[in-house]
Amino acid sequence: MSRPDRRATSPGAAEAPRRPLGARGYGICLAGIVWREVLRFVQQKERFLSALVRPLVWLFIFAAGFRSALGVSIIPPYDTYVLYEVYVTPGLAVMIQLFNGMQSSLSMVYDREVGSMRVLLTSPFPRWWLLFSKLIAGVAVSLAQVYAFLAVAFLWGVEIPPAGYVLALPAFIITGFMLGAIGLVISSLVRQLENFASVMNFVIFPMFFASSALYPLWRVRDASEALYLVCLANPFTHAVEFARFALYGQFEPLSCAIVVGTTLVFFTLAVIAYDPGRGVMGLRGGPRGDAP
Amino acid sequence: MEEPQGVPALDVAGVSHSFGRRRALDDVSFQVPRGRFVALLGPNGAGKTTLFSLVTRLYACRSGAVRIFGQDVSRAPSAALGELGVVFQSRTLDLDLTVRQNLIYHAALHGLAGAASAVRITGLLALVGLQERANDKVRTLSGGQARRVEIARALVHRPRLLLLDEATVGLDLASRRAIVALVRDLVREEGLAVLWATHIFDEVTATDEVHVLHRGRIIAAGTAADLAGEGASLEAAFRALTERDEGEAA
Repeated sequence: MSRPDRRATSPGAAEAPRRPLGARGYGICLAGIVWREVLRFVQQKERFLSALVRPLVWLFIFAAGFRSALGVSIIPPYDTYVLYEVYVTPGLAVMIQLFNGMQSSLSMVYDREVGSMRVLLTSPFPRWWLLFSKLIAGVAVSLAQVYAFLAVAFLWGVEIPPAGYVLALPAFIITGFMLGAIGLVISSLVRQLENFASVMNFVIFPMFFASSALYPLWRVRDASEALYLVCLANPFTHAVEFARFALYGQFEPLSCAIVVGTTLVFFTLAVIAYDPGRGVMGLRGGPRGDAP
Repeated sequence: MEEPQGVPALDVAGVSHSFGRRRALDDVSFQVPRGRFVALLGPNGAGKTTLFSLVTRLYACRSGAVRIFGQDVSRAPSAALGELGVVFQSRTLDLDLTVRQNLIYHAALHGLAGAASAVRITGLLALVGLQERANDKVRTLSGGQARRVEIARALVHRPRLLLLDEATVGLDLASRRAIVALVRDLVREEGLAVLWATHIFDEVTATDEVHVLHRGRIIAAGTAADLAGEGASLEAAFRALTERDEGEAA
């Protein structure tokens, strides 16, 4: 091991206290966390492919198969009858975000198991900022997947008004935050990576199927009033409707309010959960669950 | 705010910590002076990692206080953690990123980027002898090389206090010696304060200040030479101390 230029290696500032973290520092921290997440995503090509294949299987096979059986009448935001694949496209786009949110959660659990979570949590920036940066990173990755899917759907004949692609962007961003925040809370509760399979059974599938992603709520109500109420209480339903209306140039205020509210609630819970003094991390004895 | 002279790099004052009913640390107090190498000697399960987790705020400090250059870790975590570089016992590098990318990520977590940061990272990789592996994935490195990357990473943000928790465990003798020498150079030449947790006696020299942690308590402190006594080895002294402590507990 050599002795290079002292100025580059010196711990430095040996006697000077550190200056407080400025706005630029917060920005660099955020950019660094997003950069790492994007880098990992780009390196995991199979993750991108599987994120695309999943909704495309629904679109190409399921929707085609059920086109005749599940015709959709004229309901807002549509002003004509639409084909079933047109109806399910917004729900499938949000499904990508749901899986991505849970994937981010999975990567938090993985980071905790391999120890790299410690590096994140010993950063001098506040925990809420670190978690917020993680959320933005997850949203950035999910948007790339959503728009790639919408491009393929367009080629498949699912035509959305051109302005809708732009108008839906804020809806996808807010929805990404909501699903990412739910994922953060889940990651704080899941102790081991092996337990994560249960997240599929108890979170992803119920959220997706008990929503308006695959069938309009009036049809659900025809079948079961109780299931209709469950769907109505499911924030994923409102995320789908928020995105669906936005894609057709309309704003759905109730859905927007529910998605924003759910985001705030779950983000607050995540900040508490990751607080060493108050949350699950504190009770459990640290980010790796080291407590015997 | 002016920092008072004479404030130690690390001040652990009356720290206790329990996991449920099991007491992992019991009223632990010691200091690491500025620019000094201090060894925390204890067997596995003594509470070293718990102590490190409290100092780094991975656990909340509910009893006692931890101060880094006078900044309380619980009350002013940003100021305290900014002064701190840590090498954890378990490996914490991102295996899928390159060596340089790991350091860039760490720099960003401390609000550092740009040309100055890049120069610093290049310099640190030269310091640990890994400049030629800078663009290799961490997963391709040996255990000793990965440890050196972790030391370089811990120095990226120019901390004044470095904590190393069993940093040489699992390494071959040559790698162990290289890492100990590197850290001692940093203390001697750069004025870094170091808390070196270990259970390996030959990593401690006669003049090092040593705190012996056993069953969650500091049972002895002093220079290694003082603890060992005339003609005895540190290992023999340590064994006598811990056996006596176990006898008293029984």
